Amino acid sequence: MSEHILSSKMYYGIWIALMILTVVTAAVSTIDLGPFNTVVALLIASSKALLVILFFMHVKYTSEKLTKMVIISSIFWLLILLFLSLSDYSTRHLGHA
Amino acid sequence: MSDSPVVVEQHGPELRHHFVTAEQQREASSLGMWLFLATEIMFFGGMFCAYLVYRLNYFNEFAAGSRSLSLKWGTINTIVLICSSLTVALGVRAAQMGKRKLLVILLLLTIVFGFAFLGIKGIEWYDKYKEHHIPGASFNADDLVHDYPQIHIDQAHEQIYFSLYFAMTGLHALHMIIGVGIFVFLTYYSWKGLYTPEYHTPIEIGGLYWHFVDIIWIYLYPLLYLIDRKPLG
Repeated sequence: MSEHILSSKMYYGIWIALMILTVVTAAVSTIDLGPFNTVVALLIASSKALLVILFFMHVKYTSEKLTKMVIISSIFWLLILLFLSLSDYSTRHLGHA
Repeated sequence: MSDSPVVVEQHGPELRHHFVTAEQQREASSLGMWLFLATEIMFFGGMFCAYLVYRLNYFNEFAAGSRSLSLKWGTINTIVLICSSLTVALGVRAAQMGKRKLLVILLLLTIVFGFAFLGIKGIEWYDKYKEHHIPGASFNADDLVHDYPQIHIDQAHEQIYFSLYFAMTGLHALHMIIGVGIFVFLTYYSWKGLYTPEYHTPIEIGGLYWHFVDIIWIYLYPLLYLIDRKPLG
């Protein structure tokens, strides 16, 4: 039996964690942390996404390695898209200095 | 050869003949959904990339535009979606345990949360319409220039923020509408008793889609609403 049935307590726990993180990120955004406002907001968003993927989407409990490979590869492709585009746009002015 | 044993497979009609076991069939479906979600990540990724490039270039306009969105509605909608993800997760669990009534109730709750999200989104869009913040001929950000004298605002660049706001929340809302449609079908078939502990793949796959749309919003919320909320000096 590869299909785990998680206890409903676990789901409620994740739900409470997601709610707390949402309130925290809204509250922290009103405090001046300089450039760290964005960093904190993205870290909290990524923690929430990770909780949803691992527990609500059952990735923590899947025995299928291919699924994990697809997820990690798609995040990797996304990073290629973002980083290569940014390395272009953020260096364009250098030639015209 | 004539006396070789004939293997008669015993399984329910839900197992397609090209799969060896129900587990293999389930994992194949799940993998297929994850591959689809990978294409969705790249689909939304293009918009996130455009957002990133313009935000770095026109941070002032993005900050002012972000301030003009309703923090209250944005946060409430985030909470609504998180609650809907909980009902979906509990729904998948109900399907695994064969609790038909509970499954139908949880799926209906998910649909209600979905409509609540879209309704609130509609209120927010209507507010933007009244404020002339929809990009186009009647776009006007004079109110932002007036409200935030500390921030230098270029009207053309402000339109870029709102173009991305409407494109990203619009594409997300389209996914929500499709999600609600899928869940209406799932609710109907659950009510008919199609899903059992042995076979409930559509519930699982539909759940993956719903959670994915939730994750997109988890990122849209800080990127659109929380860019710059600190007190202006």
